[in-house]
Amino acid sequence: MARISRDEVARIAALARITLREEELGDLAGQIDVILDAVAVVQEAAGADVPAMSHPLEITNVTRPDVIVPSLTPDEALSGAPASEESRFRVPQILGEEA
Amino acid sequence: MSDLIKKSASELAALIARKEVSSREVTQAHLDQISQTDSLIHAFLHVDSEGALTQAEMADKNQNSTKSPLHGVPLALKDVLAQKGIPTTCGSKILEGWRPPYDATVVTKLKDAGVVILGKTNMDEFAMGSSTENSAYGPTRNPWDTDRIPGGSGGGSAAALAAFQAPLAIGTDTGGSIRQPAAVTGTVGVKPTYGGVSRYGLVAFSSSLDQAGPCARTVLDTALLHQVIAGHDPKDATSINAPVPDVVAAAQRADVKGMKIGVVKELSGEGYEKGVAERFAESLAILESQGAEIIEVSCPNFTFALGAYYLIAPSEASSNLARFDAMRYGLRIGDDGTKSAEEVMSLTRDAGFGDEVKRRIILGTYALSAGYYDAFYGSAQKVRTLITRDFAAAYSKVDVLVSPTTPTVAFKIGEKSNDPVAMYLSDVATIPVNLAGVASMSLPAGLSDGLPVGFQIIAPAMKDDRLYLVGGALERELSAKWNGPLTHQIPDLVLR
Repeated sequence: MARISRDEVARIAALARITLREEELGDLAGQIDVILDAVAVVQEAAGADVPAMSHPLEITNVTRPDVIVPSLTPDEALSGAPASEESRFRVPQILGEEA
Repeated sequence: MSDLIKKSASELAALIARKEVSSREVTQAHLDQISQTDSLIHAFLHVDSEGALTQAEMADKNQNSTKSPLHGVPLALKDVLAQKGIPTTCGSKILEGWRPPYDATVVTKLKDAGVVILGKTNMDEFAMGSSTENSAYGPTRNPWDTDRIPGGSGGGSAAALAAFQAPLAIGTDTGGSIRQPAAVTGTVGVKPTYGGVSRYGLVAFSSSLDQAGPCARTVLDTALLHQVIAGHDPKDATSINAPVPDVVAAAQRADVKGMKIGVVKELSGEGYEKGVAERFAESLAILESQGAEIIEVSCPNFTFALGAYYLIAPSEASSNLARFDAMRYGLRIGDDGTKSAEEVMSLTRDAGFGDEVKRRIILGTYALSAGYYDAFYGSAQKVRTLITRDFAAAYSKVDVLVSPTTPTVAFKIGEKSNDPVAMYLSDVATIPVNLAGVASMSLPAGLSDGLPVGFQIIAPAMKDDRLYLVGGALERELSAKWNGPLTHQIPDLVLR
């Protein structure tokens, strides 16, 4: 049984901000299905009493002294920008025209 | 071909220190080898000839300024680490032309140690793959047989070592990307303990699994490089603030007398090729003859590791790769003044990411999405706990664990590229290590039908020195039998 439909792949791709082409949608739905079947075995591995583990190190709240250290200059920070203006990143419009 | 390129890094460093040869000559010899062989091998995405020769001249001038054991020795850097002013692509079109404004901590440490960086090596896009075929810039070929893959994702670094283009290389290992390429190219690679080497400036794929590490043709060279790059870094909050285990002393001692070595039952049998199993058994016999006790150990939850990995890694990747948004650096497509930032972002990510990267982002976004989180990502995180418990139980009985690094020798280019699940199986023996954050080495165990087989050693966290005790002991016996490193048996490259 298919776990994920073409429409669902389209919805997920929109969440992930990727405009998939028509042929990509179809291919991916099939491939993701096969992969999910292969990994679904994890659902049978552990009981409710097993805690989840997100990280190999048991560390929390790593802090450093609050002192000013050298950082990138505006020119260095903007050196890879697709577009910049007045020492800032220039981006396409974020809000609608009426805003 | 210069004799210099067949020497080990430690031999080269000694020659340079005694002024019998200059770093410039050594660097030039490797640059010559790259220019003669890389049209075929394609290990490098960028060769920084001018920068490397400048660094080499500096190293010659500042001979006595560092106490580095690798002063003046050249190295190949995986293209996933930021090097200031040098193109860094991660094998992706989305970063084509990007030149980082800063150095990764690993790069800073290499420069401080007088190591000469030759260039950036090819890799599967964003380190997602086991063959280097997922590079947007074309595959790397295995110097043992140029119709075959050099492993992945760090196939470029491993192939550069095997083709004598560099005596040292840096790789990164999220599920096996240092060890699997080392295995299939007959070289040595170490994934240090998670947190043992700084991740600052390493372009993130799966942050709780990623680890940079050393690659070379001998165990001692690997240890020398490990020592140079390891240690606490305040710029990486997950870096361990503790002394680095003395890996160099361990590589020199190379003694397994009295050690208990556990053979992981679940990492053998079905799926493991006959030649791989034979070389593995021979290596075990050597270690036993050297005074180690060999014990079979069961890690029953390892059978779930691959499934857990292919949920956790894509989930973290889907979040990490959100930074490639066409706004601050990298590719931007469709910004014609009529489209919104969101449309430009979505078009750029379709054009800039390759198929495998899209596949993993979609898979990860799905596994993290409402309604599926507990069933997929949550279950995978529980498996991670079970695997970590398996390791703890095993290490209560033995000092290290061992297995073949990969189930098969290098496969043909194109053979698995249309079957993601078959490709993922290449990492079945290496993945449990990353999930638990322990340390691991692959070193050559010999050949099967003329192709290299890897022997994997797994040590508890922060006991990286044990990898070198065992690896060094095994290598001593094997290289005596082979009359030098396995890589010296590589057939001459037939240039096309």
